[in-house]
Amino acid sequence: MAKILKLAARNLARYWRRTLLTSGLVILGVVAVLLFIAVSGSFKSLIVGQITDSMLGHLQVHRRGYVASIDNLPLNLNMKPAAVAQAEKALEGDDAVVAWSPRLKFGSMFSNFTETTSIRLNGVLPEREAAAMPMLAGRLVQGSVANGLLERGKVLIPEIIARGMKIKPGDTVVLVATNLDGSVNGQTFVVQGVLGDVTGPGGRDGYVHLEDARALLRMTEAEVSEIAVRLKDLGALPAAKARIAAALAGAGALEVHGWDQLSPFANIARMIDLLDLFIRVMLVGIVLIAVMNVMIMAVYERIREIGMISAIGTPPRRILALFLAEGALLGVVGTAIGVALSLALVYALNVWPVQFAFGREQQLVLAPSLAGADALLIGAIVIVMAILASLQPAWKAARMDPITALRHV
Amino acid sequence: MNVVVADKLSKTYQAGAVAVPAVREASFAIGGGSLVAFVGPSGSGKSTLLNMVGCLDHPSAGTLQVLGTNVASLDRRAAADFRGANLGFIFQDFNLIPVLSAAENIEYPLLMVQNRPAAERRARVMELLEAVGMAEQADKRPDQLSGGQKQRVAVARALATKAKLVLADEPTANLDHDTAYRILELMKKMRDEQGTTFVFSTHDPKIVGEAEVVLTLEDGRLVNNSGAKAHG
Repeated sequence: MAKILKLAARNLARYWRRTLLTSGLVILGVVAVLLFIAVSGSFKSLIVGQITDSMLGHLQVHRRGYVASIDNLPLNLNMKPAAVAQAEKALEGDDAVVAWSPRLKFGSMFSNFTETTSIRLNGVLPEREAAAMPMLAGRLVQGSVANGLLERGKVLIPEIIARGMKIKPGDTVVLVATNLDGSVNGQTFVVQGVLGDVTGPGGRDGYVHLEDARALLRMTEAEVSEIAVRLKDLGALPAAKARIAAALAGAGALEVHGWDQLSPFANIARMIDLLDLFIRVMLVGIVLIAVMNVMIMAVYERIREIGMISAIGTPPRRILALFLAEGALLGVVGTAIGVALSLALVYALNVWPVQFAFGREQQLVLAPSLAGADALLIGAIVIVMAILASLQPAWKAARMDPITALRHV
Repeated sequence: MNVVVADKLSKTYQAGAVAVPAVREASFAIGGGSLVAFVGPSGSGKSTLLNMVGCLDHPSAGTLQVLGTNVASLDRRAAADFRGANLGFIFQDFNLIPVLSAAENIEYPLLMVQNRPAAERRARVMELLEAVGMAEQADKRPDQLSGGQKQRVAVARALATKAKLVLADEPTANLDHDTAYRILELMKKMRDEQGTTFVFSTHDPKIVGEAEVVLTLEDGRLVNNSGAKAHG
C-alpha cells in the first residue's frame, strides 16, 4: 500500500500545476467551511451564552398558560406557593441543575418625577438570581453590585431608560404597578445601577428585590411568575428538561420550557445550523467536481500507460487502488493544509479580534474556536468525497481493454 | 518443448456489418528458448497474432496453447493473472512509467503484478540492471535516457518476473539500426542466460535476419515458416 501511495504521489506531482489548482480548491473549501463553523459557532455561543447566562437561564418553569401570555406578564397566571414548592423539589432532585432563581415578573410605570415611561421588572432574590444568571452582574454599566446583585429598596434599570430619562445610580425614582385586584400602588426606589442592553426577551428589563416586588404588588402569597434554571451544561438541556417535566407531571399545572422555546434567537441559531449544512454540501460539491475532473483528466492522459500496466498483468484491483489513492491523496493533502490554514486563521482572529454589532449590542467580540471533532468530520467528508469522486475514473482505468489502450494516440 | 502451439488460429473483427479477417487459420508452434519474428507489412496481422499469443485478445476460431494452457478459454481476469505470471511484454514506444526511475520501472511488475517481497525485488532489479548494462543509470528517469537505454530497461522489465515467454511488438521501430541491432543482441543474450523465448514482430527486413525463426504473414495468412516447427 505504501508503494501504491508513493506512486500515486509521484503521479500527482507529474501534473503539479493541475494538482496544485485542485488542491487549492479543496483547501479553499475546507478553510471556508471550518472558518464558518468556527465563527458562526462563536457567534452562537456568545449570543446563546448572553441569553442563558444573563436573562433566561437554560430552562424555565411556569404555570401552564403563562408563556402563551408572557408578553402581558399576567399576574393571574403566577405559580402559587404549593406549585413553587413542587417545582423546587423537582429541581433539587436533579443532578444537572446547579442553581435556580424564582422571579416575579410584572409591568410598571417608571417615573423620575418629571417624565414617565413603562418598564418590565423582575422581582428576584439577588443571590439566587446571581447564581442562576452569572453574567447578569457583568452587564452593569453604571453603579455597583450589592448582595450578589441588588439591595432592598433599590432598582436596576436598563440603559435605554437611564439614557433616555438621564437617570444615574443614586437617583430616586417611582415605580407604579397595577395589582392583582386592579388597584394601583406606587413606591419610591433608589437606582442602584444601570444594566447594558442585550438582544432578546428580558434584555431591557429592570430588577428589584422579590420582597419589594411583592410589597409593590400588595401580594399576600409568595407567588412567582417563573423559575429560571441553570444547568451544569447546556448540552444537558434536552435530557434535563425531559426529567424535570416528568417530575412535575403530577403537578399538572406546571410546564417546562427550554431557552430555545423562549427566545427568538433560537430561530437564528437554527438558520445558522442550516447555513452550516448548506456550506458543507457546497464543500462536498467542490471536492467532488474538482477531484473527479482531475482524475478523469489523469485517466485520459495516461491511457497508454494504463494499457501497458494492464498488459503486463497488473490486476484490475491494483489499477483501481492506484487511481483511488491519487484521489484520496488530493483529499488528504487538501484537508491537512486546509485544517492547518484554518487553525492559523482562527488563531489570528483571536489575536486580532473582530468586533461586530448585533441588535442593540455594539462591539461584540468574537472568539472563534475550532473543535477537533469538527476538523476531523470535515476532513473525513473531504477524503471520502475525494475517493468517491475518483471511483468512476479509477473503475474506468481498471476495466480498460489493454489493446485499445495501447493503440490510443 | 513448444511454448506456443496454434492450430487454425483465426481472428475476425467486426466493422459494423462487415467482417474483417485479421488472422486466417494460422497454425504454428514455437519451441522454448527460441528467438522468433512475426514478419509482414502493416496490416498483415502480425500484431493481432502477437496479441492473441499474449492473451490480450481472444481468437475467433482455432486453438491456441501457450505454455501448455488453452488461453482461448481464459476470461479477462484469468488472462491478466496468466500474463502476470508467465509473460513479459516489450513495446514499440517503450512505455516506461515516466515518474519512476529505471530501477523502479523494472521493479514495477514484481511489486504491482506479483507482489514480491522487497528484498527479492531489490536483488532481481540489481541482477537485471547489470544484465542489460543499465546499472549506472538505475536512478535515472525515462526522460533522462536515450531510446536504446529505454528499450534496455523495457527488456529488463519484461524479464523481471522471470517470464518464460516475452512478446515484443515492433521493439526496434523507434530505434536507429545500430541500437536496434544491440537490442536484439541483448534479447539473444537474455535468452541464452535465462532461457526465455522471445517473439517479436517487425517489418524491418534488416532486423528479421537476426531471428532464428521467421513467421511471415500476408493478409492474415502465414505464408512462410522459416525455421518454425510446422504444425497442422
